[in-house]
Amino acid sequence: MRNSPKRTSQLRAYFSHHLRVSLASLGRLYAQPIATLMTAAVIAIALALPVGLYIGLANIGQVSTGWDGSTQISLFLHTQVTEAEAKKLQSKLEKHKDIKKVELIDKEKGLQQFKEISGFGDALKYLDSNPLPIVLVVHPRILSNQPDRTTKLVKDLGKNKLVEIAQLDVQWVKRLYTFIEIANRSIWVISSMLAIAVLLVVGNTIRLDIQNRREEIEVSKLIGASDSFIRRPFLYTGFWYGIIGGLLAWVITLLSLSMMQNPIHKLALLYHSDFRLTGLGMANTLLLILISCALGLIGSWIAVSRHLKDIEPS
Amino acid sequence: MIHFDNISKRYPGGHDALSQVSLRLEKGQMAFLTGHSGAGKSTLLKLIAMIERPTRGQIFLDGVNLNNISNRKIPYIRRNIGIIFQNHHLLYDRPVFDNVAMPLIIQGYRRQEIHKRVRAALNQVGLLSKEKADPITLSGGEQQRVGIARAIVHKPLLLLADEPTGNLDPELSREIMELFARFNQVGTTVLIASHDLELIKQMGSPMISLHGGRVAHNGLPFTLNKQELK
Repeated sequence: MRNSPKRTSQLRAYFSHHLRVSLASLGRLYAQPIATLMTAAVIAIALALPVGLYIGLANIGQVSTGWDGSTQISLFLHTQVTEAEAKKLQSKLEKHKDIKKVELIDKEKGLQQFKEISGFGDALKYLDSNPLPIVLVVHPRILSNQPDRTTKLVKDLGKNKLVEIAQLDVQWVKRLYTFIEIANRSIWVISSMLAIAVLLVVGNTIRLDIQNRREEIEVSKLIGASDSFIRRPFLYTGFWYGIIGGLLAWVITLLSLSMMQNPIHKLALLYHSDFRLTGLGMANTLLLILISCALGLIGSWIAVSRHLKDIEPS
Repeated sequence: MIHFDNISKRYPGGHDALSQVSLRLEKGQMAFLTGHSGAGKSTLLKLIAMIERPTRGQIFLDGVNLNNISNRKIPYIRRNIGIIFQNHHLLYDRPVFDNVAMPLIIQGYRRQEIHKRVRAALNQVGLLSKEKADPITLSGGEQQRVGIARAIVHKPLLLLADEPTGNLDPELSREIMELFARFNQVGTTVLIASHDLELIKQMGSPMISLHGGRVAHNGLPFTLNKQELK
């Protein structure tokens, strides 16, 4: 090429060109704040939804960790069983190879706990005698990932003639985990659908942008602009939509969390817990913006590769 | 510079725009392309600018066979050509300076170089004082001159103009044509499509006349030559 400038200055010009194009794209968005915000808000809401679900599940998972290890079997003994008999059974069970520890909750202690937890303390005063049975709390030596052995142990314990009911307390925790698992899967399904929605929103916005700048594209092609040169401003527009959408999604998430924080904390206090909602965290926030940015880029790429070909000078 | 070897162009639908056209324009030459509308002038220019591809035949541009150029490489061919349109094709969302700077930005020139060259180009067309103006505020002739400045700012080897004086009065038309002649004098090859025979005669450059997609005349306009004009 007769007119091409020197290589090094070309490289420098290339980078300053990229900087200028990206800023020009941002400037175009800034020049139409309402339209830009509307598109970015659609992206943000589509992203904030799965992010909110994710945070909710992460918190439920956090609350329930620790419950996993506390698999325990409650043996409710017949009411006529005496404390001496219960103690004998306790020491017998502690020798069982699958049992780590057995705790004895006598009638008095049981009543005490019931008063504390149920809130029916005053009503209990009117009872003539203590209606509660002695309870043996069995801590199995079994890992929670061996449900069959635990189930067998529960069955065996239930056969003892002193035991009225043998109850595996871990059952509902397992159900909760299964539920969380299902919810986790559905987050993936919802997220992928919303990601496609983001792609479509960005793609459609860029398509309109391309139509509006048809003249400019034609002229650029006529004076020798390469396809990548023409593509660049549109890709940067998609990139900026992604960034703005991601940041907005983050703000929406923060606002929603702070709105939920107080009532949830109050609820937690009612359960004697100091639980507080945990937010997205630094790494996940970055990931959110990164994903949003990638979706913006991919969306604009799809639009650009579909529609730029149609515009040829004539 | 330009060599058409037995070129035919048939548009989809069966219309033959050009049939077996062979012609040659030497480096540094200036020529006019005339003919009635529909005679194939625009098609001929489009083939050189690779806006269209020939159905048959070969085109050589500065020794390069355009048939061998892939679509991806077309922009690099166009960078050696400056194209001027009847309707200017200016972008009205940016000032004159930015319009003229476009070819340089596309080719990755540095900022200082862009400033220097744009101002030089605007100076050549006599519009240096209008560099910050919006194109829409300029007169038709001025807009056409901005278009010319944009076409010559990157010093192309070849200048193509499609009816550059189509919308201008005779006085302005003559000015524009003399501008082209000046670029030709410094070595640029110039091919101008025009139906303004009077003006072409005055300019005294060779004329290629198309009729129904074929070359009807190739040489100096009619029997006139430069000596007789003086």
